[in-house]
Amino acid sequence: MSPLLLHLLLAAALFSIGLGGALIRRNAIVVLISIELMLNAANLNFLAFWRYGPEPEALNGPLFVLFAIAVAAAEAAVGLALIIAIYRRYQTHQLEDISRLKG
Amino acid sequence: MEFFARHLWLIPVLPLLAAGLGALLGQSRQRTAIGLSIAAMVGACLLSAGAFLLTLTGPASVGPYRYHHNLTWFESGTAAVQIGWLLDPLSACMLLMITFVGTLIFLFSTGYMAHDARIGRFFCFLSLFAAAMLGVVLSNSLLLLFVCWELVGLASYLLIGFWYDRPAAAAAARKAFLTTRIGDLGFLVGMLWLSAETGTLLFYDNGNGCLEASALTQLVARLTTTGMGVSTAISLLLFCGAAGKSGQVPLHVWLPDAMEGPTPVSALIHAATMVAAGVFLMARVFPLATLGGTPEHPAVTLQVMTWIGALTALFGALTAVAQTDIKRILAYSTVSQLGFMMMGLGAGGPPVGMLHLLTHAFFKALLFLGAGSVIHGCDGEQDIRKMGGLRARMPLTFATYAVGMMALSGVPLVFSGFWSKDAILHALEEWPISKVPFLLGLVTALITAFYMTRQMAYVFFGSDRSAHAHPAHESPRIMTLPLILLAAVTVGLSAVATPFRPWLEEFLAGASGHSPEIPSGTWMVLGLSTLASLAGITLGWRFYGGGKAAGVGVPEPLELRFPRLYRILANRFYFDELYASTAVRGTIAAAWMAAGFDHALGGLYRDVAALLSSAGSWVARMTDQWVINTSFDDGCDGLRTSGRLASRAHDGKPQHYLRALAVGVVLLVLGLAWIARP
Repeated sequence: MSPLLLHLLLAAALFSIGLGGALIRRNAIVVLISIELMLNAANLNFLAFWRYGPEPEALNGPLFVLFAIAVAAAEAAVGLALIIAIYRRYQTHQLEDISRLKG
Repeated sequence: MEFFARHLWLIPVLPLLAAGLGALLGQSRQRTAIGLSIAAMVGACLLSAGAFLLTLTGPASVGPYRYHHNLTWFESGTAAVQIGWLLDPLSACMLLMITFVGTLIFLFSTGYMAHDARIGRFFCFLSLFAAAMLGVVLSNSLLLLFVCWELVGLASYLLIGFWYDRPAAAAAARKAFLTTRIGDLGFLVGMLWLSAETGTLLFYDNGNGCLEASALTQLVARLTTTGMGVSTAISLLLFCGAAGKSGQVPLHVWLPDAMEGPTPVSALIHAATMVAAGVFLMARVFPLATLGGTPEHPAVTLQVMTWIGALTALFGALTAVAQTDIKRILAYSTVSQLGFMMMGLGAGGPPVGMLHLLTHAFFKALLFLGAGSVIHGCDGEQDIRKMGGLRARMPLTFATYAVGMMALSGVPLVFSGFWSKDAILHALEEWPISKVPFLLGLVTALITAFYMTRQMAYVFFGSDRSAHAHPAHESPRIMTLPLILLAAVTVGLSAVATPFRPWLEEFLAGASGHSPEIPSGTWMVLGLSTLASLAGITLGWRFYGGGKAAGVGVPEPLELRFPRLYRILANRFYFDELYASTAVRGTIAAAWMAAGFDHALGGLYRDVAALLSSAGSWVARMTDQWVINTSFDDGCDGLRTSGRLASRAHDGKPQHYLRALAVGVVLLVLGLAWIARP
């Protein structure tokens, strides 16, 4: 088994765990954490393809990851703020109770 | 002195401003409106006096004084319409007369109308009238004259119908307006024709005006298709307008009815000024009317004027004999005197006609104001049969009225009416065409003296014949003062109007270049007219004097003697009935025919239109129901259903959305794997 494949398998496992958490858990904060897990799985893929790719000297993989982390931080801040606002309004953080957006 | 000529326009503008401001002032400021009107009139009077003095200073060697100022009203293409004002002896005399008589009548009205709630409006109308009349006199353009002429008609309509809540007054106002319009149609056509022939409507324009030599020589050469001179045709058309305004015979019917207005209005409009406008117009365009005539054979227009005038004079005098309304008698006497003026104008030229116009304006205003004073004293009573014996109770009114009556009747020596009437008779006596107008004039003079004596006997002599006359009282000072002033002028004018010292006539003659001849045969005419007037008065006194004037319901002396004649006269020769059965009925019949035609044609149009529109509406309804409604409704249903289905997916649960996303990702991955299979 090549190191690239091992890395990809690890990232896939991480993504599946995140996806499962996001789909199954009711707590909004846990869902947010699960989304972060999926994001990091993608970052791992970036790094793996960079490290074992044809041009490891170019540093484009870490660069993408740094951007992704910055965007993820901003997204987490917005998500947390939304969760707090929703909690203030509905006094709950259970996702199934928040269905005002239904069409 | 030039100031007065250059600011001539101020004379009509002052009363116009007073009228405008008076109209803006409210009900509570009526006294201010009255003050404004009188102040404006006094101002106009002073300016007119200045202008009159200015015309006196003109050097006689270079002809009469004439000042004109023209300005362009508007331009259309190459044609410019010009208007302007003109000062010559003719307009100066008229100005002074109108503003002086007007001022006195304004003063009189403050007393006469004191109890009327709408006195402010009354003065506003009076000022408008004065402004328009002054405009007529001053204008140097036939167009401007026509505009002011119509304004005069409007003001007269408003004033006759001032008491519009009386049906008779409203009807009289309408009648006056419509009757004068008939004449004005001729005026308008004549004016347009003149404009087409000479290219200008200015009277005097440094040689280019339509009354100056170049235009006149041009006109005299042209003939209409019927062989009549163009100048004759135009001046006859203008005469139509003059006849309408001045109450000449076929169009006189409005003037007696116009007495429904307040008495000062009758004095101002229907005695002194407006009705004289027609005579003034003919005097103004006299150079045009006299074209193509010789001393032996005067122009056709002048002959027509003389004959119509003679008929009018006789008719008016005869009708006045059998009237019982104090103002109606004076109205018919005005008709008669206007006939005299037209005769004088036709036979003797502007100086003779205008002389009588001026003297008549003063003594007829005096008579009307005197009648107003009588009516005021008798509590609104106008029927002379219900008066009587007022001599003792209204001494001032009686004295001044007597002066007016004697001036109108032509009592010799100190009354101006005698001299001006004499000038007319003298001109008629020398008229080369026929002596009939002269005889008619003499007869009219006799009848005039007769009916005035009758009126005096009824109103002032004998005993009171009704409750109205009994408590009669003298009018207040503000009303008697104008009477005294007018009486003084009536007497005073004779000093400058006798054939021995014809200053006024010569002054006026300067205006048109017709100098009166040295009076030959003056004594004969003087004697005859004196005889006529004295005979009339004697006859009148024989019939009515000494308490023989009868009350209501009792046949009066003349009626007993000549019952059939009296009936004809009392019914005013059945003129109104004649018009009612011909002109009025004809108009109504024509209107009915037009209405019927309209109805028939309209019915056809209506049926076709109804058919077309109902067919159209059926098509529209079908389209609406089947094409528009159905397709639209179906489309809406489809949209609604699809929306309902689609909205199921959006249940508002984030994790359901996420699930859909995950399923999508899994399917994507599977698809990619399927495509990338080795």
